[in-house]
Amino acid sequence: MKDFKDIRKAFSMHVDLDDFIPATDEEKAYMVQMRPSSTFFRDGVKRLLKNKVATVSLIIIIIITLSSLLIPLFWPYGFGEQLGIQPGKPVDSSYGNLKPFEYGKTEQERIAAGEKVFPHIFGTDERGRDYFIRVVYGTRISLAVGFFASIIVLIIGMTIGSVAGYCGGAVDLVIMRIVDIIYSLPDMLMVILLASVLKKTLGSALEGTALEKIGTNIISLFIVFGVLYWVSMSRLIRGQILSLREQEYVLASRAAGAKGSWIIRKHLLPNSISVVIISTALQIPNAIFTESFLSFLGLGVNAPMPSLGSLASDALNGLSSYPYRMIIPAVVISLIVLSLNLFGDGLRDAFDPKLRN
Amino acid sequence: MSEHIEKNNDILVDVRHLKQYFNINVGWLMTKPLKAVDDVSFSIRRGETLGLVGESGCGKTTVGRSILHLYQPTAGEVIFNGRPIRNKADIRELRKKATMVFQDPYSSLNPRMTVSDIIGEPLDVHKAYKSKAERMERILELMDQVGLNSEHASRYAHEFSGGQRQRIGIARALALKPEFIVCDEPVSALDVSIQAQVINMFVELQEKMDLTYLFIAHDILVVRHISDRIAVMYLGKMVELADAGEIYDQPLHPYTRSLMSAVPQPDPIVAKANKRIVLSGDIPSPLNAPSGCPFRTRCPNAAPCCAESMPEFKEVKPGHFVACHRVNEL
Ligand SMILES: Nc1ncnc2c1ncn2[C@@H]1O[C@H](COP(=O)(O)OP(=O)(O)OP(=O)(O)O)[C@@H](O)[C@H]1O
Ligand code: SF4
Ligand SMILES: [Mg+2]
Repeated sequence: MKDFKDIRKAFSMHVDLDDFIPATDEEKAYMVQMRPSSTFFRDGVKRLLKNKVATVSLIIIIIITLSSLLIPLFWPYGFGEQLGIQPGKPVDSSYGNLKPFEYGKTEQERIAAGEKVFPHIFGTDERGRDYFIRVVYGTRISLAVGFFASIIVLIIGMTIGSVAGYCGGAVDLVIMRIVDIIYSLPDMLMVILLASVLKKTLGSALEGTALEKIGTNIISLFIVFGVLYWVSMSRLIRGQILSLREQEYVLASRAAGAKGSWIIRKHLLPNSISVVIISTALQIPNAIFTESFLSFLGLGVNAPMPSLGSLASDALNGLSSYPYRMIIPAVVISLIVLSLNLFGDGLRDAFDPKLRN
Repeated sequence: MSEHIEKNNDILVDVRHLKQYFNINVGWLMTKPLKAVDDVSFSIRRGETLGLVGESGCGKTTVGRSILHLYQPTAGEVIFNGRPIRNKADIRELRKKATMVFQDPYSSLNPRMTVSDIIGEPLDVHKAYKSKAERMERILELMDQVGLNSEHASRYAHEFSGGQRQRIGIARALALKPEFIVCDEPVSALDVSIQAQVINMFVELQEKMDLTYLFIAHDILVVRHISDRIAVMYLGKMVELADAGEIYDQPLHPYTRSLMSAVPQPDPIVAKANKRIVLSGDIPSPLNAPSGCPFRTRCPNAAPCCAESMPEFKEVKPGHFVACHRVNEL
């Protein structure tokens, strides 16, 4: 027996066979353990946070959004408040066109009397309105318009796209030809035409309704987005549904007896949701840009309300004396659009690398 | 053939003159029927495994899916448990008794669902439980039956290997306690070492639950191991059907013979005696199949009569069906 063991040792060279004892059950369990469970969503968030550009963009978006929501709460001036006009007093023209950190006449008197007066960080415009708060409100309007317009685009695009993708056949054919037609229209021209026509026709129709407050221009803006920009969203979602419909798990679900609504809810929507979120996120800067562009042309939000585009447009008059009034809203627009786009790209890379092309 | 069936009460699935055509676009607004399955008749006995073999694209999957009415058959009839499947109510009943295991363990499991939701889907669809606890209990029981660790119930499918995924798919198929399962190449995407495990599991499950299988494969070796009878398809038609042993030892159709001659022989003496029959040419497209016998373009025995008419699928020996004009001559 001993001899045999020696021989065995000799044959096995440096490997001691006694080391190769069978694994205990505990060790086996350890070997087959799987990596910690991780959901698709958690993986995606991890990847997103690793992307520095996207993270910084997200932080910028959060800061801009929060400040546009919170600053008006404590800012002592309103966006429509003409500081030179006090009830019962003649118009004080010293408030018009103040440079940054300058004060109007009555304010200077109050400062001289030892009172503290909140500074006009960006000065005032030609009507004596605090420019900083106008920029803040303009940002708020632009963000809101961008967000809600994208939601409208999402709802219309998703409904039409999933109907086309799920029904297929003649329904799909008709819808996709309509999409092609809308797609081939020169969109900026259509936007301008629609916006100016709607501005006229909507004005009288809305009188006295709750919608009047929002302003005909914003509503026509939403209609323009709704009519024109759903096409790319619906194309995307149709493609997604078409490819998902062919997956075997959908067939398995049908083999189990599932109906159409079940399949859409349990299989098609959850698997296209990341695409939907990503393209909505990428739609927002698009909408903000279009809104600014329309406001710049005078087709945007109604008069006392500022938007970043209309602020820039107003600044055109005094461009040589007050260039910063043009630069500030332009910089804010660029910052919002750029960081939303970069964040959307990051979102896409993190959640759906296939979409990149 | 149909007389033979009616006498036999043990038939679970009876397929009669099943046709499944797909309309394929050829050019602008023009379609042409692709005859994926063309007039196929056979029956499956209760408790048996019928193997279905044939080259890729010959219509095996389509046969399986048409039987389950996942495609609406173009023509023909499927009789399940003595009742023809005609309307929606019949199909709904069929869904509870007959299911499918899919070929691709990746695309057949929804990546956004947990294992318990995947396995529980048929239960959810049919509301086959009274409480959440009962549902979970049944899911864990199913996972146990297919050899999955029940601790993994809340995991996502992408965390599993191919073999484990296929087990999840099998558990899903078993959820409603079916009588009949179409197994569509359930092992061809798996490693050889795992194939054996999964096939053995199919055999065990069949014994435990009195299951009837239509077992599809393109590899005749896989099918021989598990099947009682084997059917061979070529270009949408069934060319031969017989007991597994008989079709292995005495194939009658020239196509089956060529398939058998390609099977590696363990016995060198037999291997030498069996000359390998190598088919010439490619399998024709089902869009323009040859006239008469579909196999005639590649058949070593083809004669002028073969181009004229489609040979009848007839019983040449008890239980041995062949579709060949010249079966008695050679
Ligand atoms: N839904 C469909 N629409 C159109 N043609 C189809 C459809 N499904 C299958 N076909 C065609 O029908 C024929 C048979 O296909 P089927 O999938 O049944 O073959 P198969 O024998 O299962 O092949 P494989 O071994 O590759 O799975 C093929 O030519 C295929 O292109
Ligand atoms: S019918 Fe003719 S062509 Fe067809 S398999 Fe028989 S011999 Fe060959
Ligand atoms: Mg197949």
